[in-house]
Amino acid sequence: MASRTVPTTQPPAIPAGLAREQLLEIYRYLRLTRTLEERLTALYRQSKVIGGLFRSLGQEGEAVGAAYALERGRNRDVLSPLTRNLGAMLVMGAQPIEILRQYMAKAGGPTQGRDMNIHFNDLELGYLGQISHLGDMIPVMAGITLTFRMRGEPRVGLVYIGDGGMSAGAFHEGINFAAVQRCPLVVIGEYNHWAYSTPPRKQFAVEHLADRVKGYGVAAVTVDGNDVLAVYEATQHAVARARAGQGVHFIEVKTYRRKGHAEHDDQHYVAADELDRWAKENDPIDRFVKQLRQHDWADERDLTDIDAGVRAEIDQATDACVNEPLPPPESALPGVYASPAAAARLWFRSL
Amino acid sequence: MPEVTYLEALRQGLWEEMERDERVFILGEDVGLYGGAFKVTEGFTKRFGEQRVIDTPISEAAIVGAAAGAAHMGMRPVAEMQFIDFISCAYDMLTNYVATARYRAGLATPIVVRGPCGGYVRGGPFHSQNPEAAFLHTPGLKIVYPATARDAKGLIKASIRDDDPVLYLEHKWLYRRIKEQLPEGEDIVTPIGEARLAREGKDLSIVTYGATLWKSLEAAERLEQENGVAAEVLDLRTLLPMDDAAIMRTVKKTNKVLIVHEDTRTGGVAGEIAARINEQAFEWLDAPIMRVTAHDVPLPYAPTLEDFVLPQTEDIVKAARWLAAY
Ligand SMILES: Cc1ncc(C[n+]2csc(CCOP(=O)(O)OP(=O)(O)O)c2C)c(N)n1
Ligand SMILES: [Mg+2]
Repeated sequence: MASRTVPTTQPPAIPAGLAREQLLEIYRYLRLTRTLEERLTALYRQSKVIGGLFRSLGQEGEAVGAAYALERGRNRDVLSPLTRNLGAMLVMGAQPIEILRQYMAKAGGPTQGRDMNIHFNDLELGYLGQISHLGDMIPVMAGITLTFRMRGEPRVGLVYIGDGGMSAGAFHEGINFAAVQRCPLVVIGEYNHWAYSTPPRKQFAVEHLADRVKGYGVAAVTVDGNDVLAVYEATQHAVARARAGQGVHFIEVKTYRRKGHAEHDDQHYVAADELDRWAKENDPIDRFVKQLRQHDWADERDLTDIDAGVRAEIDQATDACVNEPLPPPESALPGVYASPAAAARLWFRSL
Repeated sequence: MPEVTYLEALRQGLWEEMERDERVFILGEDVGLYGGAFKVTEGFTKRFGEQRVIDTPISEAAIVGAAAGAAHMGMRPVAEMQFIDFISCAYDMLTNYVATARYRAGLATPIVVRGPCGGYVRGGPFHSQNPEAAFLHTPGLKIVYPATARDAKGLIKASIRDDDPVLYLEHKWLYRRIKEQLPEGEDIVTPIGEARLAREGKDLSIVTYGATLWKSLEAAERLEQENGVAAEVLDLRTLLPMDDAAIMRTVKKTNKVLIVHEDTRTGGVAGEIAARINEQAFEWLDAPIMRVTAHDVPLPYAPTLEDFVLPQTEDIVKAARWLAAY
């Protein structure tokens, strides 16, 4: 944060052209992400979440900050999140109850129990769920943004990739393709220090993710991923340029995965003081709150009201869906193709 | 004799081969200090060092390709896919490069590619796959799929010693569920290409492999008790090359065949087995060859859906009753 030499009675101007309400909205998404994940953790411990749970603790700032720079609304910009980008999905309009239903494999969930965690999409609202295979979404997002370009639509795509996922071949084919085609695509490279248990030095031989993509002719910058406003500002700049026909932009966000790869992972390979240090000194939400308070961009009351509102919303959503049924067995069959409408029920089930 | 799990048996097999032959090394994602996503290689780095237990980038094509290159030079690499589902990222390398190397260029490529397969674990569409059929169609690869702890050990050792590339498919549902007493100090090697009669019977034959071996055995037990039907159960263990002799032996004995696998139906291994029986033992059949398999859909995640899509013990029991009565 820049130090100010001239004391003023006015709060300093909010950066990146943001309004006060927008700062509070960003705060709300940060809080919503964290509180929702905390709720999911509780449900996981009660065995209500089925399968694994992937936390974004400590990374909410970059997920939310980047997504917030997009144009939202029906048929505007489109992003593709990774499992740890719950915050980005929420910014684009995914509802907490959908996330809860999906994690609990409920019939009423967005994939009706077919796919897990935040693997689901609403292309109109502007999010396209990933599949597990890392790197695959980069070429797909190249195609989405290629279409924007072909149709002359002033829309932009944004896709996240991990410091591990960037080793996948599909990533490299995809970003090169997008660069050659000058697709309006912004790629967020998440340097969160871990890919499962693997540190960056075993993943790539340069220091920064940004260095890896410059060779593709992609404009690349590195920012402090736990500074929400810095991420927002860098993304806003990249999005504006992509929208103006300047092609692919890459933003490396330096952050830290504070939980294990998934909840089962005890992180024994991480130095304990490292986790403490990031939690105490570099939590994206704490840092943002500090900025808000220090510059008087928000009152304590504003923030506690938001916290309470978020808690109430998540309580309500949980109560509304926790006892919902799982999908009926036979609903597994329809939908493999547009036509035929359903896969055959096998002979032995009619005996 | 100590009782060991399927996973521990696999671990022992790998460990013993690393001890026996310094050309053997392991490469894969998080296989080192972390010991692999399922802890198959836990403790290996401490014993064998980072040179022989290599944590790789998330690059399946490079893992398999580098294994192939090392194998050409006389090494015996064992490549781990963190989940077998990600082997699709190395499909080109395996089918075009590795599988054709001996035939096309006279190059030995003795690699093992192994990884956790299979469902019944709520893993969803990308952590539950059974990829055997995609590779069965590729001359040049061998495919093994152990179902018992003894074979988990015996087949990993045989695979590492084999002079050709072997796809070693292990089932994550069996990892800690299956236990068996294994003698210490015995060099357990299960020959590649040999099926095993897992249960004797006279009324019909169930031909299977992997996790459905256990469901088939459970079904056979129920058939015996509830219906007095004696089902013979053949555990293929190796899918490629397939043990035709063992299959035909059981067909000629019981004259009725039920093929059971966890993978989806269309284009699955069961179709190949049925065709072979048709060609080699048609006159011996007293009933149509029937299949119990997964339904032809991507494997869904919700328990109700997964249970519906995958073959269950109850399905095998019903299908076998139908065949027995035919
Ligand atoms: C192609 C592929 N190989 C392996 C995996 C298994 N896997 C899932 S997440 C993960 C680590 C990902 O690390 P990173 O990309 O840095 O994302 P992060 O978990 O840090 O958010 C691995 C190896 C996968 N999903 N896809
Ligand atoms: Mg990472």
